[in-house]
Amino acid sequence: MTIHFVVHEDGDSVGTIVVEGVKAGDALTGWIMEQDQTVNVKTLNDIPIGHKIALKELKNGDTVIKYGVDIGRTIAPIRLGEYLHVHNVKTKRW
Amino acid sequence: MAIDLGSATFRGYRRANGRVGVRNHVVILPVDDISNAAAEGVARNIAGTMAIPHPYGRLQFGADLDLHFRTLIGAGSNPNVAAVVVIGIEPAWTKRVVDGIAQTGKPVEGFAIEHNGDHATIMNASKKAKEFVHYATALQRTEAPLKDLWVSTKCGESDTTSGCGANPAVGNAFDKLYPHGTTLVFGETTELTGGEQLVAKRCRTPEVKEKFMMMFNRYQEVVNRHKTSDLSDSQPTKGNIAGGLTTIEEKALGNIQKIGKKCLVDGVIDKAETPTGPGLWFMDSSSAAAEMVTLCAASGYVVHFFPTGQGNVIGNPILPVIKLCANPKTVRTMAEHMDVDVSGLLRREINMDQAGDKLLECMFATANGRWTAAEALGHREFVLTRLYESA
Repeated sequence: MTIHFVVHEDGDSVGTIVVEGVKAGDALTGWIMEQDQTVNVKTLNDIPIGHKIALKELKNGDTVIKYGVDIGRTIAPIRLGEYLHVHNVKTKRW
Repeated sequence: MAIDLGSATFRGYRRANGRVGVRNHVVILPVDDISNAAAEGVARNIAGTMAIPHPYGRLQFGADLDLHFRTLIGAGSNPNVAAVVVIGIEPAWTKRVVDGIAQTGKPVEGFAIEHNGDHATIMNASKKAKEFVHYATALQRTEAPLKDLWVSTKCGESDTTSGCGANPAVGNAFDKLYPHGTTLVFGETTELTGGEQLVAKRCRTPEVKEKFMMMFNRYQEVVNRHKTSDLSDSQPTKGNIAGGLTTIEEKALGNIQKIGKKCLVDGVIDKAETPTGPGLWFMDSSSAAAEMVTLCAASGYVVHFFPTGQGNVIGNPILPVIKLCANPKTVRTMAEHMDVDVSGLLRREINMDQAGDKLLECMFATANGRWTAAEALGHREFVLTRLYESA
């Protein structure tokens, strides 16, 4: 089975795309590494390899979780399957 | 596991002070910026020598000057170096570097340029360099136990594949090396921002934890004092962001994967200080690749694990830098820079245990003499950390 994205821990808000050429509308399979399970999500955007897909509906100002830990806050609402990066997430530090 | 680490050995150069190197360099070391030309002149004259030019060493003072000397003396003292010719503009600071390196018992001699000029200095230093080359090339590799191998790590041009692939592969290797009495180090103080509590929890004693948090907080104050924005133009770097990393917290959590799941942080050291015993050490250090790897060389490390995502090409003149990468695009587009391809991790073709073993196999090959990609490509970045302006 092709893995399109990986998730560090069950409960993370994001997955990391690990294949090239992901296009909007693609049905993607993710591998939750820590629990060794798979999960399916349909992407709403083209997402480059290494970039992230939202695995949950997030409101503006929500905390984003990866590795089971806080990695920043949203600065816009983000939908399940949407491309998540510097345009809609910022650091809480500095 | 392909390698039985309990009985594993490597073939290195045992130095007078007992440390074991995996390279046998004769280094021509300038004390200061204006001595680079003479040092490079000597290296052109005498085959088998290597000049390591740098831009500093004049009018520094206080802690910044101490760090300058510690870095130069540490680099010359590194067991990967057989012998050193030191060249400075004047004799006093030149002697200070020579005396520091001489503590190791290795051959070292200094030359000062004032009242001699470049020509006479290059001639005199070349004669000594030639003697040192004969000395070094007569040395033989001998068998050494794994515990004599000092291994450092620092990642660069990370992306999200670093955090789920290459960095945990280093962590897996560190977890395997740690019980065998090796001396390990990680650092990159600001790049722990967002994950500092995870590192604090791994510190062996409350004293180590307190010292780590003091160093972490001090570095945060430096950032806060000088920042003009949220650093989103510098940390993460443009390359990190192009690779999909969004915030410093995300980058830090990926970074921390390099210390594995089991090792404890046994102690903390300041920049370019030498660890006093085996275990995993944290070094307060810059997160810039060439600065950090240079500090590792100055601390006495002899092999370096450098995971990259987007493809940092760094090397070091003294410390062989082993590159590993889990990003299939980078492995394809920058193949000549990669020593260990762990991109199979993201396709579930290999597991983390196998990735760690691949890295350890490359570590032994490198320790036994095989050149890394960075060595073959001539990467010799020697970058001194500065603390503040010169006087």
